[in-house]
Amino acid sequence: MSTASRAERWSGQALLAVLAIAVVVPFLSVFLASMQPSGEPVVGMAWPERWSLDNYRQAWTVAGFSDLMRSSLLIAVGVVPATLLLAGAAGYALGTMRLPGGDGVAALFVAGLTIPVELIVVPLYFDLRGIGLTDSYLGVILVEIALFMPFGVFWMRTHFRTTPASLVEAARIDGASSWTILVRVLLPLARPSLTTLGVLVFMWSWNQFLLVLVLMQDAAKRTAPAGLGFFVGQNNTDVPMLAAGTILVMLPITIVYLLFQRSFVSGLLQGAFKD
Amino acid sequence: MKRPASRTARRRSRSWRDYRGYLYVLPAFAVYLAFAVLPALHTAYLSLFEWDGVTLGSWVGLANYREVFTDPALRGSVVNALVLVVFFSFLPILAGLVMTGLLALPRSRSGAGQGRRRGMSGYRLLFMLPQVVPLVAVGVTWRWLYGEDGLINETLGGVGLGGWARAWLGDFDWALVAVGLVGTWVLSGLCMMLFLSGVQKIDPQLYEAARLDGAGPVREFVSVTLPQLRGELAVALTVTTVAALASFDIVYVTTGGGPGEETTVPGLLVYRLAFSAGKVGLASALGVLLSLLILVIVYVVNRLSRPERSEP
Repeated sequence: MSTASRAERWSGQALLAVLAIAVVVPFLSVFLASMQPSGEPVVGMAWPERWSLDNYRQAWTVAGFSDLMRSSLLIAVGVVPATLLLAGAAGYALGTMRLPGGDGVAALFVAGLTIPVELIVVPLYFDLRGIGLTDSYLGVILVEIALFMPFGVFWMRTHFRTTPASLVEAARIDGASSWTILVRVLLPLARPSLTTLGVLVFMWSWNQFLLVLVLMQDAAKRTAPAGLGFFVGQNNTDVPMLAAGTILVMLPITIVYLLFQRSFVSGLLQGAFKD
Repeated sequence: MKRPASRTARRRSRSWRDYRGYLYVLPAFAVYLAFAVLPALHTAYLSLFEWDGVTLGSWVGLANYREVFTDPALRGSVVNALVLVVFFSFLPILAGLVMTGLLALPRSRSGAGQGRRRGMSGYRLLFMLPQVVPLVAVGVTWRWLYGEDGLINETLGGVGLGGWARAWLGDFDWALVAVGLVGTWVLSGLCMMLFLSGVQKIDPQLYEAARLDGAGPVREFVSVTLPQLRGELAVALTVTTVAALASFDIVYVTTGGGPGEETTVPGLLVYRLAFSAGKVGLASALGVLLSLLILVIVYVVNRLSRPERSEP
């Protein structure tokens, strides 16, 4: 038995290692390219002769990635707290109170789970332009909040439904208002769910492309992915700088992913679960 | 005994209290309504017009929908998206299942079922990374790997298959496959992790029972693991299929739909028709049909995956 299981274990480990290499190589390849001398053609996966951050410096200043990253961050910082607040409040009411017609309203939110950006982006451009919300951070922020709201409400409602009803009952008997119950009793318990929702929303906001491409015609206000997508069309001969820009765009979300890995993994596995 | 009047009064006051909870829902619903639901309805409305986005539009009824079905370029984009489903959905799920079968095997054999693989959390973190970073960045990365001087061609040359080297993304036969494989790379890790976490929830007794019946590892996988993963399979199928049908980012940065129309997808055409070609109505009709297609698939998958026991 022991030899058989050992062989199985080794083949499993070997398989995992091969897959890990398949995941790492593209990232490594871009990273190595970003270290090559600027403007020179890069072939395959070459080890740089001299390590330098010149391409990053150039991407940051000349190619304007500092502005792009700032826009991305600004939008994410607007979207994440607002989504948590609105989705948390709605999820609380729909999950713990017996609202007349509450299930119907919840179903309306759930119906939006599969709305692709393609369905809303065309009229959004014309409507928002009419009220001066194109080329505006506020416009993108509002649309993203709306886009993530179905999942947010669904996620928080599921959370609040699983908190013991006796907790809410006890507080209500003590005369606590619904607001006090939410803030004093339920919110401290909801921290993990809110954190997971927060990191997922941050990721979706950071990675959003089509929406920004359409709503931000002003190059100075584009987000990092939109800027990168635009950049590809123009500077595609300067591979090292393009590679540096690519790494820069991936870096913030990767850092957040590593910092909140537990929330991320559980969110991606469970969040996807209810999609 | 209470008088009817006071009873109605009490009922009314209670129902007001019941509705008061909606104050918590209102802000979320307002934003959702204004910036997602109404635009979606507006798209449906626009799809009935011929409009260039500037001058006055004219009512054309369902003509735009007819055009989506008859125009070869538009129909082709939907066909391309369906081909991408093979790469975004079927291949990752197959890869995930094979990996789950191979990795979960020792655990199920060793009985208790809790032999946690060493270093698994590190692998999990790595395998889900492609799912986390922006698809635009993934696309740029692969654009460079697929390039004429890219790693793929270098590797082919290195192993003596230099004759196979080509500009993959510009090749009429290979471009769609190349784009599809990027999706396979992105989504395989997610499927694998989804299934592996699902396997851990399976009751070990089911495996013991199967083994007592004399089931080998393959039978065990087919008759115990697969049916128990029904929920996870539905999730994987839904998420990956939507990713394929609504794909935009990867295609936009790798091929831009080319060469010719080989890799156009509906998302790309919605963008182009509305904002470069001045065919807002047609773009809207395509967007509506794409959403309906997604909705139908999600509905069917979730219907099929529901456990047999009927719930009220």
